Formats: sequence, structure tokens, C-alpha cells
Amino acid sequence: MVSKEPTDEALRSLIDHFPKSSLLISKEDLIPYSFDATATFYQPPLAVLFPSSIADIQWILQWAKANHACILPRGSGTSLSGAVVPQKNSIVLSMAKWNKILEIDRNNLTILVEPGVTTQSVQEEADKLSLFYPPDPGSYKISTIGGNVGHNSGGIRGLKYGVTRNYVLGLEVILPTGQLLWLGNKCMKDSAGYSLKDLFIGSEGTLGIVSKVLLRLIPKPQERQVILASFSTLEAAAEATSAIINAALIPSALEFLDRKTIDCIEQYNPAGFPKESEAVLLIESDGHPQAVRDEIVCILKVLQLYNPLDIKIAEEPKDQEQLWKARKVAFSALARKAPTVLLEDITVPRSALAEMIRKIQQISSQYGVEIAVYAHMGDGNLHPVFLADEQNEDLMEKVYRAMKEIFLYAIKLGGTITGEHGVGLAKKEFLAYQYNKEEFQLLKSIKKILDPDNLLNPGKIFD
Amino acid sequence: MNNLNSRFSLLSLDPTIIQKCIHCGMCLPSCPTYQETKIERNSPRGRISLMRAIAEKRMDLTELFAHELYFCLGCLACQTACPVGVDYKTLFEASRQDIEKSQILNNPLRQIARTALIRFLFRSSFRLRTFGKMLRVYQSIGLDRLVPYLPFIPAKLKDMMAQLPPIASHFSSELIQPRETPFHTKVRWKVGLLTGCVQDLVYSKINRDTVDVLLYNGCEVICPPHQGCCGSLHAHNGELKTAQLLAQKLMDAFPLNELDALITNAAGCGSHLKHFSNLFPPGTPWRKKAEEWDKKVFDIHEWLVKIGFSKPKLTDTSQPQPVVTYHDACHLCHGQKIKNEPRIILNSLPFIRFVELEESDHCCGSAGIYNILQPEMAHKLLNKKIAKIKQTAASILCTANPGCLLFIEKGLKKQQLNIQTVHPISLLAQWYKMANPGEPTPQKNQEKLAIPK
Ligand SMILES: Cc1cc2nc3c(=O)[nH]c(=O)nc-3n(C[C@H](O)[C@H](O)[C@H](O)COP(=O)(O)OP(=O)(O)OC[C@H]3O[C@@H](n4cnc5c(N)ncnc54)[C@H](O)[C@@H]3O)c2cc1C
Ligand code: SF4
Ligand code: SF4
Repeated sequence: MVSKEPTDEALRSLIDHFPKSSLLISKEDLIPYSFDATATFYQPPLAVLFPSSIADIQWILQWAKANHACILPRGSGTSLSGAVVPQKNSIVLSMAKWNKILEIDRNNLTILVEPGVTTQSVQEEADKLSLFYPPDPGSYKISTIGGNVGHNSGGIRGLKYGVTRNYVLGLEVILPTGQLLWLGNKCMKDSAGYSLKDLFIGSEGTLGIVSKVLLRLIPKPQERQVILASFSTLEAAAEATSAIINAALIPSALEFLDRKTIDCIEQYNPAGFPKESEAVLLIESDGHPQAVRDEIVCILKVLQLYNPLDIKIAEEPKDQEQLWKARKVAFSALARKAPTVLLEDITVPRSALAEMIRKIQQISSQYGVEIAVYAHMGDGNLHPVFLADEQNEDLMEKVYRAMKEIFLYAIKLGGTITGEHGVGLAKKEFLAYQYNKEEFQLLKSIKKILDPDNLLNPGKIFD
Repeated sequence: MNNLNSRFSLLSLDPTIIQKCIHCGMCLPSCPTYQETKIERNSPRGRISLMRAIAEKRMDLTELFAHELYFCLGCLACQTACPVGVDYKTLFEASRQDIEKSQILNNPLRQIARTALIRFLFRSSFRLRTFGKMLRVYQSIGLDRLVPYLPFIPAKLKDMMAQLPPIASHFSSELIQPRETPFHTKVRWKVGLLTGCVQDLVYSKINRDTVDVLLYNGCEVICPPHQGCCGSLHAHNGELKTAQLLAQKLMDAFPLNELDALITNAAGCGSHLKHFSNLFPPGTPWRKKAEEWDKKVFDIHEWLVKIGFSKPKLTDTSQPQPVVTYHDACHLCHGQKIKNEPRIILNSLPFIRFVELEESDHCCGSAGIYNILQPEMAHKLLNKKIAKIKQTAASILCTANPGCLLFIEKGLKKQQLNIQTVHPISLLAQWYKMANPGEPTPQKNQEKLAIPK
């Protein structure tokens, strides 16, 4: 592992190599790069570099190797797993200024971008051509495509359209050895050998530095409608979700918010969520107008079986946008409730949703820990949010135990400890519960092959 | 004063205010400085992390930190965007207060400029008006057009002189009487009008228009002459003591108990005027008075919508309708959360066609004296703003803050664009006059003015 501090001479060579404007070394510049959006992790880097060419990246990799430092690729730092919290002696490689849209290929429906382009910019570019880029994490306005690839991010439309991986056709990657690779192509099908490209998606900046991304676009759905259904219990909403899936209905989004989350969102910016319910489902259907109408009718029929308190349909784009905007601030708005909020990210098979939610409620009362829940319910992806306080050691200990129990239960139900945020620092301890020894070793040997000197984002996912 | 000072220092600030930021980054897309540089230190999240490091004694207050806090526009777009409800304004003001106390940025030139501007000129209404009069003469005899050609004046000074705003031909006290009462309708409310300092020197006509609009809507207007600066400039620049003094003077100038409301039409002043109580320690008589005051301060748009302003019918609709667009002054939309009211007013004017401005709530770069202190960033933002204004094809741009009006007006002129800049209330006043042709301004000349020369 990385240990020794680079010598003064080494630091001098680093400073001399890059112009002042692209290498930040003052403490005032380093402190703002010591964290991501995960609570409780903090470590300032050695320096922050804004590379302006592949050669810059190759140079810094060599320098890091020679001087026992390591490199941490970074988009906008909205990671929720500690994946972009520096380790000791890290150089943060900020891709935020590497943000050009390089090509839109109308004939093949692809877009080629630099990694620092925000998810929102890709969506807007696609929209201008009546095309559609579906992945949309709650952080879409600021998260970068490089970061989305790093975490294989999902969003509210994952249910019907999938996650980032499903839209990445090609990647330009710089390996820790400095080698430049182009993986993938504009073809919709490709069965030639192992899918190396897929190895890098979700690798949390531990295997290579992504310098270009080729994304697939799809036609923009003509029509959209959104249902807002409210329920008197969390389980009723979960059961209704399982029933919708069981009826082979695949809406474009099926989201869940509990009372605590709704209260916080409404405090920030009232979006008109019902006042009385314990949980709401936000369901979007999109596609051909007739298909949307038919699907909405079917979904309403299923919902009726679970005694909803109220059902509303938002047909106007303005009203739909208001609801989705409200949904996307859920995590940040919850931070109103407690000094420290810890957002978790489990996924279970969708038939097990009600059981998982019941378990979360039970664990919450058993440990005396307040837990809010919102979820990409249609994906079975739940976000239990622990309302805690860093200053209260006793409470933090309980939170940790409750969290562990939730992870173990999710795995028991055939689920996973992370659906979209990755392992990073926050969950590496729990990874071993999901993989057996041999599998775990295989994961590690992949890292060893691609990054023999452990230069790239070491200490993340596993030690 | 301990209690008060703690609110204005990072070191003794309530830690929960600063710990509230969860680094989620939701505010980053709205921050003009981050959008330009993409460097975390120039973002709200980055600035707050530095404030926290200082508050928790992990870092000293450094010169770079001080520069950073003066690179921040104080536009508060981050505060509007933040879903967690982080109180950036308090953090920002506390930081600047600490910076000034530390004297870390002090150098002779800055000292002279600050003393001249903040401690001398803007501290006394008499001095400001005298300066205004001198400037008026200087501009009226055309000296200002000569200056750029004078070889013996240093370039830096020429630049500064070019920033000086055109002084109005009359100050507010020459246009508005201390008490004006509507004669065409019965008095429904009694309100005080705050004339501001920059507004008074440069846009006194807007103050007159505001009085007319209030009178048309049944408000008796009390407007003490020579009110002076409200101290917002001082509070935002870490000069707490002067800010207190100016607030006291202003509060003393009005018969607070008699008034239903205090009306301000300048966004920057308004967001400060509504929080005078923050300037005084709890439990003191000034605090009590300031709390009363705060409750009564209304922005003019807010007040008009609250009282249900009258919407006269227009008779002649055959006239071509100019396209009007609206720029949200930061201190109105982010500072005071007033976004709808100006639009309600503009949309009610049948002789114009209102078109929304894209990114209307992005700062224009004016930001108090930011455009003088950070001209490069300020002009980047101004150019962005003007490009958006051009897209609307408007011939009139409305905004409700003298700083924004001046800065945007200048930018439009420089690009030789024939677009007028107007306060929304002036358009409304114009409408009342159009709808009531032949009628004099609806005031009774109750008190004769004694204008000191
Ligand atoms: C309010 C909020 C809501 C969120 N909602 C969602 C959601 O709905 N769904 C979801 O999936 N996530 C969500 N997230 C998590 C986070 O936004 C995503 O993981 C996002 O994709 C991270 O993007 P980023 O640009 O901030 O990347 P960063 O946080 O900077 O980096 C993320 C990872 O990618 C790596 N990386 C970044 N750029 C590169 C590159 N060029 N080459 C190689 N590796 C790179 C980093 O090393 C790191 O491991 C949310 C976060 C917040 C704060
Ligand atoms: S006040 Fe404006 S410039 Fe300053 S951090 Fe907030 S958004 Fe950015
Ligand atoms: S200020 Fe608010 S929006 Fe910005 S990072 Fe902090 S918590 Fe998030």
C-alpha cells in the first residue's frame, strides 16, 4: 500500500511540470477535495490536478508510481460511498473541466462525450434532437458521465430503461500503466471476446481513467403520464409495487417515498404531496400515447386492490416536472432532519419488497434508530436513510449495528448491499458477506492484473 | 455585545449552522463562480468546507480564504438551491466580518478605498449628497467625457471614474414631499418609503414613481428627506459597527408606530432592511425596535400584491406592444424569495408583452461593489446575461435593484443595443398615468418642502 510521503524534490518536480492554473496545492484548495457526499469520511489530497491531455495523465501516473503516491479520478464528487474521498498521498485528478460534447451521430443515435460532461447536459443535448438519454440519478444536474460510469449509476427510470451500463457503447480508458485503450464501438451487438468495457463500468475509478465515453441514445417517448398514489402503510405501497411487477407491467418509473421524506421535501419546496398518507408511489408511464393510456388503466386497476388513500394523475409536463424535481431532492432534503444522515442503498428481488420494508421498520424500533426510506421501488432498490448524529457515539454504534443487520437481511433475501452507489469506503467491510472467498479473490486478482502497482484509487471496494 | 458578535464570527457561530452542509453538491449548478472555474474552492460547498475548517480550528483564517470570500458574489443562489436549508447568508457575513477584523487583506490602497467609500462616503447622507452634487456638475459640463483623453490621469483611476454612475438631475427629496396623501381615493394604509442611497442619487425618478404607485393604491406616504444608506453595503463588507449605526439612524427617521408598512424598492437594501434585528443583541431596546421594524418592511412588489393593487383597464389596445423581459435581482429572488410578485405586476400590464428571460435568476455580476472589486468575473457574468437578454428580443429589460440596473444598462450600451432598462414599478406608474390621462399626480401638496441647498 501507499505509505511514504513524496520527497520535497519529488513535489518540486510535480509543481514544475504543470502550469499553476492546473495544479492546486494550497490547503485552501485541498480541503474542498477531502470529502464526497458521504458523511464521516475526510482526508485532504496531496494535490489536485486538472489534466489537459492524455499525456498529462500518463505523466502523473508515472510520477505517482515513482513517488509512492496514488491517483484518484474525480467527477463532481457526489459519490455516496466514499469512493472519491482521497487516501493518504492521493493526487485528485479532476475531470470537471474536461467537459466537451465531441460528436452526435444522428445516423447511429450515439453521442461521444468527455467524462466531465454532466448527465443533464447529455440529456439536454439528446432532447434537442428529440432523442432521449434515460439514466438520471438524483444528482443529474451536477454528476458527470465519468462518475456515472464509475458507479454504474441508475436513476428513477432504471426499471424500464436500465442503468448507465446499458447505454455505454464505448470507452476510452487510460490504464494505470499509461496504456491508452479504446473499448467498444458504435455497433448495437458485439460478441467478440470478454466485454472489457463492462469491466470498467462500476469499477469506481480503481481500474482505469475514463477519458471519453460513447453513449447510446434512444428515441424520445411521445407521451408521458405520472400517477401519484398514496397509502396508509409502507407495506401496502410495497405490496402494490410487487403486484404491478407481477402483472408484467413495466412503467418507466416506480418510486416510493415515506412520510418522513415527504415532510422534508415539502419543507424545502412544496410539491403538493398528500398530507395524510404514510407512503406514496410515483409511477410514470411513457411511450406511444395509446400504449401509455392502456398501461395507466392497468396500473390503476392493480393499485385499487391495495386500498390507496388517494390517486392523482399528472398529465401536464409542468406538474410532472414538479413531482420529479421534488423526488430528486429527497436525500438532501432529509438532511434537514438530523445532524448526520447516512444514506444506504440495498436492492432485493422485487417480490421481497414488502418483507424488506417490514424488516427495516422492525430494526428501526429494535435499535431505537430513526430510519427514513425512499426507493426506486420498481427496481427493488431501497434507500434506508439513517437519521443520526456524529457527536453521539452511542447512537452511531446502534446505527452501525442496525445497518449491518439490514445488509445481512437483504443478502439473505437474495439481494445486494449496493444497487447503484457502489462500495467505496463505506461498504467494503460488508462486501465479504455477499461474495465467498474464491469470488472475492477473483475480484482482487482483476485489480492486480490491471493495476499491479495499486496506483488507482487504492483502498476502495476492498483493501 | 458578545451575543451579537458571536453571530458574526465563524469561531463562535452556532456549530449546527455550519455542520448542516452535507456536501451533496446540489447547489453547484447554480453557483456562478463555480460554473466559470469548476474549482471546488470557488463553490458554495468548497467555501463552506473552508469556513468549517476555520470554525473547527483545523485551519487559520488565511489571505487566500479572505480573497475567496470576496470572490464569492454573495448572490445567495446557493441558498435557494440547497435542499438542506443551509444558511449561507449568515456564514458569508460572519466570514467577511472575521476577515475585516483580522485585517488580513489590508494594504494602503484598499484601506484608502474602503475608508473613502464605506466609512466616509456611504456613512453620511450629507457627504453622499454633496459628492453626488459634485459628480452631477462634473458630468453635466461634460468633464467625464473628457477624462479618458487626459494623459496625466493614471489608467486605473480612469477605469474607476468610468464606473461612476450618471447622477440624476434631482434627488428624491426634491421630487418627493415628506408626506403625500392620495386625493382621488381614501387613505387605506399609511406607509413609509425608504429612498436608499444609490437609488436616491441615481434613480430618484424610480422613488417618485413608487410614491405615485402607492398613492394610486390608497397609501399615504411618509418619506423623510435625506435618509441615507441603510448599511447593507457595510454589513456585506464586514463593517458591523457602521451597519448598526446606520440602522439606528434610519429607524429613528420614521414614526414606526404610526406606519402599516415600510416600503423599499431596491432589492439589495430590502434584503438587509428586513433583518435589522440581526444587528442588535437580544434583550436590548434597539433589538426590540428592530424586530418591530423588520415585521413592517415590504418590498414594493410584495406590498402591492398583498394589498391587491388596482389594475386599471386600458382603453386603447391598438398600440404596438413592446416586448418586456425581467431579470431577477439576486437579493430579491434569493435574498427575499420574491419571484412571483414582480411577474404578477408585469403580466398585468396590457400595453406590453412579457417574455421570460432564460436563467433570469442568475447573477448579472453587479453584486454590490463586486463589479468594481472583481471586474473580470463580473463582466463574464454580464456578457452571459446580455446574451440571454438578446435572445428574448425584448426592447425593455426590467429589474428591481439599482446596482443591476446600472450594470446591465452599461453593458447594453457598450454593445450598442437599443434596449431600455426600467424598474417594474416605473412601468406600472406609467400605466396609471396612461390610464388616467390628464389627471395630475394623485397627491395633495400638504407639506411644503424646505430643501437645503
Ligand atoms: C443528492 C444526490 C442524489 C443522488 N442520486 C443518485 C441516484 O439516483 N442514483 C445513483 O446511482 N446515484 C445517485 N447519487 C450518487 C452519485 O451522484 C452518483 O454516483 C454519480 O454518478 C457520481 O458522479 P460524480 O460525477 O459526482 O462522480 P464522483 O463522485 O466524482 O466519482 C464517482 C466514482 O467515479 C469515479 N470516476 C469519476 N470520474 C472518473 C473518470 N473519468 N474515470 C474513472 N473513474 C472516474 C471516481 O473515482 C469515483 O469512484 C446521488 C448523489 C447525491 C449527492
Ligand atoms: S453566494 Fe453566489 S457566488 Fe457565493 S457561493 Fe453562493 S452561489 Fe456561489
Ligand atoms: S450547501 Fe446545501 S446544496 Fe450545497 S453542498 Fe451543502 S448541503 Fe448540499
